[in-house]
Amino acid sequence: MADVDLALCALSDGGTWRFPASEPLHLDSGGFIEGLEVAYQAYGQLNADKSNAVLICHALTGDQHVASPHPTTGKPGWWLRLVGPGKPLDPTRHFIICTNVVGGCMGSTGPASINPATGKPWGLSFPVITIADMVRAQAMLVKALGVETLFAVVGGSMGGMQVQQWAVDYPERLASAVIIASASRHSAQNIAFHEVGRQAIMADPDWRGGAYADHGTRPEKGLAVARMAAHITYLSEPALQRKFGRELQRDGLSWGFDADFQVESYLRHQGASFVDRFDANSYLYITRAMDYFDIAASHGGVLANAFTRARHMRFCVLSFTSDWLYPTAENRHIVRALTAAGCRVAFVEIESDKGHDAFLLDEPVMDSALTGFLGSVERDRGLA
Amino acid sequence: MTTREDFREILRLVRPGSRVLDVGCGEGALLDLLGQEKQVDGRGLEISASGVAACMARGLSVVQGDADQDLDHFPDRTFDYAILSQTLQATRQPRHVLDELLRIADRAIVSFPNFGHWRVRWSLLSQGRMPETKALPMPWWSTPNIHLCTLVDFLALADDLGVRIDACAAFAGQGPARSIDPASPLENWRAESCLFMLSRTSPEPAGRAAREPPPVSGDLFDG
Repeated sequence: MADVDLALCALSDGGTWRFPASEPLHLDSGGFIEGLEVAYQAYGQLNADKSNAVLICHALTGDQHVASPHPTTGKPGWWLRLVGPGKPLDPTRHFIICTNVVGGCMGSTGPASINPATGKPWGLSFPVITIADMVRAQAMLVKALGVETLFAVVGGSMGGMQVQQWAVDYPERLASAVIIASASRHSAQNIAFHEVGRQAIMADPDWRGGAYADHGTRPEKGLAVARMAAHITYLSEPALQRKFGRELQRDGLSWGFDADFQVESYLRHQGASFVDRFDANSYLYITRAMDYFDIAASHGGVLANAFTRARHMRFCVLSFTSDWLYPTAENRHIVRALTAAGCRVAFVEIESDKGHDAFLLDEPVMDSALTGFLGSVERDRGLA
Repeated sequence: MTTREDFREILRLVRPGSRVLDVGCGEGALLDLLGQEKQVDGRGLEISASGVAACMARGLSVVQGDADQDLDHFPDRTFDYAILSQTLQATRQPRHVLDELLRIADRAIVSFPNFGHWRVRWSLLSQGRMPETKALPMPWWSTPNIHLCTLVDFLALADDLGVRIDACAAFAGQGPARSIDPASPLENWRAESCLFMLSRTSPEPAGRAAREPPPVSGDLFDG
């Protein structure tokens, strides 16, 4: 046991896991990635019977630093509301894993990584990846960490897509799943907004056909515009109105195109700070993966068919009233498919005017729902 | 009828360890009771977000939705019992809801206020206004009860749907449940509220199969 404990201590804060060439990541596109690297953070300790492990899946521009400071920005972890002592996910009781997705830019293999075949950054020669590819890489890492079964897999937005994919591809390795503010496939509007972001990046002359690393440039303007457009979709109209209205930055108008309105200044700031921590090509690849995501399509067009192997699992689905990016109807679609598949599911639409981003913010009903849900899964599993 | 009497009767009807769906489960009080006392595998459907949130905080598997729309998504015979307590009269399509309950569960336990109760009749007769009684306390313009019926109306619908009545109990005032023969004409006057346990007579839905005579005494719950 001493050996195991030592090994666990070494694991418990995270790092980057490099898989040998003999364990490539097989991709939906038909290709594979050799020498796959998965960056992750871990909090807490795996218990003796390895039954307390939880995987958190991050959203489009998230990362593995769910409960620890971001190494670039120094900002606190992005889900401290849910992860921490006394929180629904508690490192004193749970072994909590969060990985950077494949295609990302926080240490996992992505378009900014060096292609071992050329010795240069992949750029656009990086294969197109899918949500299922991300999940496959996570499954490899979870296994490498010695975890056979996850007591819960939890995620919001794109994280919720990964959670669904986990339930479809690896139900035998899961006891429960939490899907927050997500969808089982992108709507035309979702794809349209992503396309605006991608076009903004590709229209930036510094993008250089994706080979900006070779040219020593960064398409910061394009990436910032992509972030600005996307950021609007994360907020609700009333929240934006309440926060900014038509308030001006200074007294009077500039009679030009400076950021006169506070909302302009806010969005510019969002765009400018985003480029410090995110890679433009990663943004292209990950948004593409989200657009391609369509679980029903690979199950005869019937979403319920995808979940028939997950009947032993318990599901929790949460949506927010003012989320127009992944509205309640999309989340309810998942709930109905789970119900039709014979899965046990709990679902509530939480009253909030914070839009899609509500899942990252102070929402007491979300906290109590998750505490109740995870607590009862723990009781079912004899953990509590 | 107090809620407790209603629940007590349902607790008596439900077999231990069974699979139960509580439609309109509120804050999950009945599901909690059934879990504690009968170790059921309980699930719920509730229309109010606050009710569902309370259920989820208690760790119950409850989906926010309504009886009219969300029963359709459950596979056939998912449950041993589907419970609809004091909610049928508030649904848009009570007939469809009843039909669905007996598609997704082997047995439906349904309770509703009896509009044939003598107080209701007297109130309408004497005052000429929509009755407001203990069982139906809200004025007509704010009540969620859009499809009120009498015990006799319900029997006719059950007959029309070809379902069998396995048990029937009446409630009045604060008293405990009283097993009744629903065909007895007096009960439509006496029951302030009634509770039925129903099952399908045949796999074919909505047949006009002959209804077996309801049990009038003894253990109601193994019918």
